[in-house]
Amino acid sequence: MTQRQLDPDKIDVILATDCGSTTTKAILIQKVDGHYRQTHRGEAPTTVEEPVADVTVGVTNAATEVGELAGRKLVDENGEIIRPAQGNEGCDIYISTSSAGGGLQILVTGVVEEMSAASAKRAALGAGAIVLDVISSNDRRRPHEQIQRIRELRPDMVVMAGGTDGGTKKHVVKIAELVAPAKPRPRFGGKYRMPVIYAGNQEAAALVADTFDESVTLSVVENVRPTLERENLEPARDCIHDLFLEHVMAHAPGYNRLMDWTDAPIMPTPGAVGNILRQIAERNGINAVGVDIGGATTDVFSVFDGVFNRTVSANLGMSYSISNVCAEAGMPSVLRWVHLDMDERELRNRVKNKMIRPTTIPQTLEALVFEQAVSREALRLAYLQHKEFATTLKGVQQQRTVGDTFSQLSSGQSIVNNMTLNLLVASGGVLSHAPRMEQTAAMMVDAFEPEGFTELAKDSIFMMPHLGVLAQVHPTAALEVFERDCLIYLGTCVAAKGRGKAGKPCFRYEIEGPSLREQGEMAVGELKLFPLGPEDRARVKIEPRRGFDVGAGSGRPVEKEVRGGTVGLILDTRGRPLVLPEERTTCRQAVATWTQALGLYDD
Amino acid sequence: MGHAYTPGLQVSERTVYRARRTLPIAGDVLVTQGDRVSARDVVAQTDLPGDIMPLNLANQLSVMPGDIPQLMLKKEGDHISEGEVIARTNGIFGMFKTPYHSRATGTIESVSGVTGQVIVRGKPIPVQVRAYASGVVSEVLPGEGCIVEAQATYVQGIFGVGGEAYGKIRVIASRPDEELEADQITSELRGCIVVGGARIHGDAARKAIECGVSAVVSGGIDDQDLRDILGYDLGVAVTGTEQLGTTVIVTEGFGDIAMADRTFGLLTSREGADAAVNGATQIRAGVQRPEILIPLSGGDGDAHGSAGAVAGTLEIGAPVRIIRDPYFGILGTVADLPTQPQVLGSGSKARVLEVACASGERVTVPRANVELIAE
Repeated sequence: MTQRQLDPDKIDVILATDCGSTTTKAILIQKVDGHYRQTHRGEAPTTVEEPVADVTVGVTNAATEVGELAGRKLVDENGEIIRPAQGNEGCDIYISTSSAGGGLQILVTGVVEEMSAASAKRAALGAGAIVLDVISSNDRRRPHEQIQRIRELRPDMVVMAGGTDGGTKKHVVKIAELVAPAKPRPRFGGKYRMPVIYAGNQEAAALVADTFDESVTLSVVENVRPTLERENLEPARDCIHDLFLEHVMAHAPGYNRLMDWTDAPIMPTPGAVGNILRQIAERNGINAVGVDIGGATTDVFSVFDGVFNRTVSANLGMSYSISNVCAEAGMPSVLRWVHLDMDERELRNRVKNKMIRPTTIPQTLEALVFEQAVSREALRLAYLQHKEFATTLKGVQQQRTVGDTFSQLSSGQSIVNNMTLNLLVASGGVLSHAPRMEQTAAMMVDAFEPEGFTELAKDSIFMMPHLGVLAQVHPTAALEVFERDCLIYLGTCVAAKGRGKAGKPCFRYEIEGPSLREQGEMAVGELKLFPLGPEDRARVKIEPRRGFDVGAGSGRPVEKEVRGGTVGLILDTRGRPLVLPEERTTCRQAVATWTQALGLYDD
Repeated sequence: MGHAYTPGLQVSERTVYRARRTLPIAGDVLVTQGDRVSARDVVAQTDLPGDIMPLNLANQLSVMPGDIPQLMLKKEGDHISEGEVIARTNGIFGMFKTPYHSRATGTIESVSGVTGQVIVRGKPIPVQVRAYASGVVSEVLPGEGCIVEAQATYVQGIFGVGGEAYGKIRVIASRPDEELEADQITSELRGCIVVGGARIHGDAARKAIECGVSAVVSGGIDDQDLRDILGYDLGVAVTGTEQLGTTVIVTEGFGDIAMADRTFGLLTSREGADAAVNGATQIRAGVQRPEILIPLSGGDGDAHGSAGAVAGTLEIGAPVRIIRDPYFGILGTVADLPTQPQVLGSGSKARVLEVACASGERVTVPRANVELIAE
């Protein structure tokens, strides 16, 4: 990696790539009228596999394409990126993320599954890794089963935690005694020394080191859980990133060369996405949730009250994993979102055919409706997993006062609170490429069930990874592009929390904006869409009936300014949690009404 | 029933197949370069380190972990047997000593004074690798295995379950669109690789397993039948380790779908020949498809490495197969390649092509929904 000193004021042209498993995406960011804007985009197949087996070839191809579109020569005769920018040639900085070759795969261990192991898992996920498994003293597997599992896995590295500082040593060493003789085999063959990061009780570090032989490279960092009340994830995350570059990347074809090219360390793609979302939430003082639904996996990112969490649902996706979504959710759960008549046997075969030929796209409306139904379930399940994982620290002793008598909150509560969620960001093929933005909004609202007032947006061309790594070297440029070009605001959803009988009054609304003036009452079970353009804002007053909450408590009115978007303002009185009618015909009728209300498909 | 044709997978009458046969860890290679081997010959073997069993002596003997090293009657590296006394407490005044009888047989790998655990390594697990292809050892990979080269008829399927299997090819369908039903499977087919035509019925697959058929190859299968055979709903297409007793390979896909004419014709022409199959499928990065390998008697005629395998760009006149509804399985040729994206029935905009179907009909489909096929 080039250690060039970069003066942010002298950076006018930025080239960023994201090397994915199948495609390398390049974007060009340029200073236009004093503002950073994403101007062009190009892509080329990723080239980490034979016969090319050199990632830089795909990068060069993608950069050449973006250069041609921009009328700017970015790659020289030797196939290298031209720097610095001069006239119509070159760029000032070049940065990259990578998830090629299946991304970064980590095995996590800890003493107690819900405590140290959960903290280590959060560190690994936050660094952008896929967690293959979590081994802990209380994970219900017997020791020989745990050993068998370790032997089967092929991680890129192992992250070990356990014990607070000064706490248990015995249990920490016991886990090390399982890992060491099991000798987890790395993906990159026999000569690769498995990196092991120890981030547990510091007093046990020497004992853990004694347990391992020379077949591993042990790094000791600060404890991820120094006390029960505190998590300290940064040192472990930083170490994961360092080892990702030193070991994993160094073994991937062409990455040594790519590392020389980039002006900032290459980041794992999901790590970069988390980075930008954190910065946005921090800067605007909001709570945000982002989702990226892919063919094989679904990533969910959240920032609530400044706390960042990320989860990867490994087998929830829209092509390779589509069959698993149907298996996990059950076909009836998928079909409840479908307002058309469909034959279940045929659908099952279609799902499997999509799984074995993952690159096909829906041609008919019926196929699209079905895929979007599957996506609702994939997103719903992924968000459930996220909520279960993103909790307050477990094992913390609570001091209660008399005032807490009626709010017996235990430790380990989910910190994800849909009522305080301000911004929901969608990305990934099925959401980004939906023919109508209304469909994207509907999938998000149905799956995530936002409550109160929530802005909806989508990542226009999935450039959050590029911006996440850019934020490390040039935060101003990253945030400016994020606001201006990355996000497409779909609008705002206002939804009442609570349950009621369909047809009974839910809330009264008054909407006042430059181009919109509406008022009325909505009954339980309805959806309404009001046009409110991307540049428009409106004041919305909601007066809920008792038993319904839009942010101020049951039956209390709320008045807020809302942002418009390409879809507009959605008022949702279907209730939270969202429960669909069980009877198939009634359910189809309800879904058909909502479909019509949002104008999702042509009749 | 939809008619099915050769998909964009390798279907080759004669090819040079190179089987890379390697051990999971270093071991002994039993062949040398130039050796002629049969599919079932063992070409390399090794011993995997045995399973490890942790014994928590400190808990069992109710002593401090730090005391365990002194209480051990056996040391690291010693062989122990199940039931053997391997440690004993000091007792009180030399009396009431408590022995610890080992729960495992193996070699003591470590004794920990921190946790009070003894790690016992079990007997090594022998692993053998067969040649898989009947042919000639073209290269020895020292300590790892070898590469066996064979001239063979080679057919890739689209999806399979079950691992490597061997047997004689027995084609029991008379046409590629004939469904494979249970009454066609008899005990005489034990140990054979049975070739059907169109969809294999669930009952037929179950009977094949009962009769000890090595493998069944057919055009399609219903998802519901696959679920019944496996006992669970398959989530992701990573297979090969199923222990069904019979490997099942489908060449076209899920549902009522006939085997491609070319594939059926090729397999029929090799009736009675010895073959090896592998149902392992992995549809992720580094795609692996199931395969049927039927070695040819060596040396006659030139082999060509990739007949039937298709790679390249779509062009007018190229034969294609549509791989998604509403035209799934239909064969035709590229009639037009409009450059501008078009709006599909789903409302999405995508680049499309026009296919002149074998039936004479002309349909427009997204470019992502066709496979190039071999003529």
